[in-house]
Amino acid sequence: MALALAILIWAIVLASVVLFTGEFGWFPPQISEHGDAMDAQFNLTLIVVAIGFILAQVALGYYVWRYRDRSGARAVYTHGSTKVEVATVLITAVTFITLAVIGQQVWIGLHLEDMPENAVQVEVTAQQFAWNFRYPGPDGQFGKTATRLINDQLNPVGLDSRDPASKDDVVTLNRMAVPVNRDIRLTLRSKDVTHSFFVPALRFKQDTTPGLAIPGHFKALKTGEYEIACAELCGLQHYKMKGFLMVMSDQEFEAWLKERAEF
Amino acid sequence: MAGPGLGSGQDLWIISIALFCIASLLGALNFITTVLNMRAKGMSLMKMPLTVWTWFTTAILALLSFPVLLAAGILLLLDRLGGTSFFIPAGLVVSDTVIESSGGSPILWQHLFWFFGHPEVYIAILPGMGVASQLLSTFARKPIFGYHAMVVAVFAIGMLGFFVWGHHMFVSGLSPFSALVFSILTLAIGVPSAIKTFNWLGTLWGGKIRFTTAMLFAIGFVSLFVSGGITGLFLGQTSVDVQLHDTYFPVAHFHMIMGVAAIFGIFGATYYWFPKMFGRMLHEGLGKLHFWLTFIGVNAIFIPMHLMGIMGQLRRYAESTEFKFMEPLQPYQEFVTIAAFVTAAAQLLFLVNFCWGMFKGKKATENPWEATTLEWITASPPPHDNFGGRELVVNHAAYEYGVPGAPRDYVMQTDPPLESAK
Repeated sequence: MALALAILIWAIVLASVVLFTGEFGWFPPQISEHGDAMDAQFNLTLIVVAIGFILAQVALGYYVWRYRDRSGARAVYTHGSTKVEVATVLITAVTFITLAVIGQQVWIGLHLEDMPENAVQVEVTAQQFAWNFRYPGPDGQFGKTATRLINDQLNPVGLDSRDPASKDDVVTLNRMAVPVNRDIRLTLRSKDVTHSFFVPALRFKQDTTPGLAIPGHFKALKTGEYEIACAELCGLQHYKMKGFLMVMSDQEFEAWLKERAEF
Repeated sequence: MAGPGLGSGQDLWIISIALFCIASLLGALNFITTVLNMRAKGMSLMKMPLTVWTWFTTAILALLSFPVLLAAGILLLLDRLGGTSFFIPAGLVVSDTVIESSGGSPILWQHLFWFFGHPEVYIAILPGMGVASQLLSTFARKPIFGYHAMVVAVFAIGMLGFFVWGHHMFVSGLSPFSALVFSILTLAIGVPSAIKTFNWLGTLWGGKIRFTTAMLFAIGFVSLFVSGGITGLFLGQTSVDVQLHDTYFPVAHFHMIMGVAAIFGIFGATYYWFPKMFGRMLHEGLGKLHFWLTFIGVNAIFIPMHLMGIMGQLRRYAESTEFKFMEPLQPYQEFVTIAAFVTAAAQLLFLVNFCWGMFKGKKATENPWEATTLEWITASPPPHDNFGGRELVVNHAAYEYGVPGAPRDYVMQTDPPLESAK
């Protein structure tokens, strides 16, 4: 019994190690400026976790086998050791807090650093079950919108045509183009319920919460087409709420925007 | 227009949750008062079994967190029925229809919910920790390693649990500054958790382990607590959580710890205290089979689920066929589904054992496990008033196993003081 349980616990450790180090699948390839740092922080944490996990489980299996009841003398009579407790506190506290502090660097870069003036602006407006994207057009200003003007077919974000700044705004459905290697400044909104704007390849996820205009920021480093998924349960067709992020060259982006402005 | 959340069923659900909150509050008050006022003579706080300590801490958590959920539930009900808009922002347009509301905040709801919700996960797991401590000590025939540290760790986990709710909200639109604080406090919980794990291992070290079914579940609890708890180090970090949030990774994390580990605590407790409750023993062979299948099963379900989360499998997806990045996950979906069905089926063994044991199980003696705590000095099942009018005097700490010089390898809490100790 003791040996069987020890072997089982060790087998679970072995299977976990194989699963997490072998070719069984991993994060999708990443294309954003901040993504490498995020993945590196994951890997660093993985090393810390692996050490703790393997030590604890291997010891558990070993003790279970080693200290099985084999008649004879009584068990060791001890109430513990303050020294070892203090050592455990110190080692784990230093390790975990250091890890947390290192991890904050990526977060600070993502959320708390000023963005350059020339960042490309895109407004994301989520709704059941689609993504609306709005670009401010050549004037660089988003026009006014009004709730009462919203119409899913004709005016999905409720653009107010009386505002001159709204004239050149470009609104697209489920397809978001951005130029490669440029800072993108997002404003994320929702019309109805909470959604979450998730682009796995970008390592970017941000809830869109009704009533809030949440800022976001990324820079894509590789052209191509990437999937946008909704990561927060938003209704019956949540699993179909899909968009595409198209990362293209500056020229292609300008042409794409122009084409839509004329339409 | 029909959809989830639009019918009166939701109102009834909110009312039932509110009732549940009130019941939990009253129950918590009862536990706290009982522990503080009604202990047997000589039962100082530091002689209490760790099961009582964990229930006591749990009751404090419930007392402080359920009122918040109750208030949130009442506000939500008023939003639905009373025309208020605490949580409904202005300018909502649902299915092309403008919703008349005047500027509440859905984030406020999330704050209130998680202010309750995070302590609640400790409400789920702390009693399991108490059970694991009791069982490991009993069946390793050793005093619990670091009893005082265990008490402090339980309290620390409980109290820190009130300052970390924001780690559920890193991507909700919460201020990125507060996320920094929540993240560091969250990782700090790893410290008392590590102490607990270390002390459980210390309790096994140098022991004489008896492999009863209850003990198997307690050992399983420790293993699952490690596997499930340690992945919190990923999710508690702001930057790592961004990618993993709302994927199967957190699903695997919390099912392993507050789901399965807590359930292993419940199973261990049931196999252990069943004789006291019903006066009959459960079948050990059937119990062990139940353990092996369940322990293998839950690992087979939840360990691959971490990998699925890394690959990007999102939670609460009715189908995962719409997205290319989820395509490679199909074999994992199938494997995990089969493992879940097999594991669920194995629970029938427990059901059979339970029903059989109640009527046909071997008669239990007063103290079948040779344990030390008070419940084991009375008949199985206990008479009215638990101790049949006897007034107990506690002379010993909760887990005095293997005491050198004692007549048996265990000293019950009510045994007379030992000669050598005088």
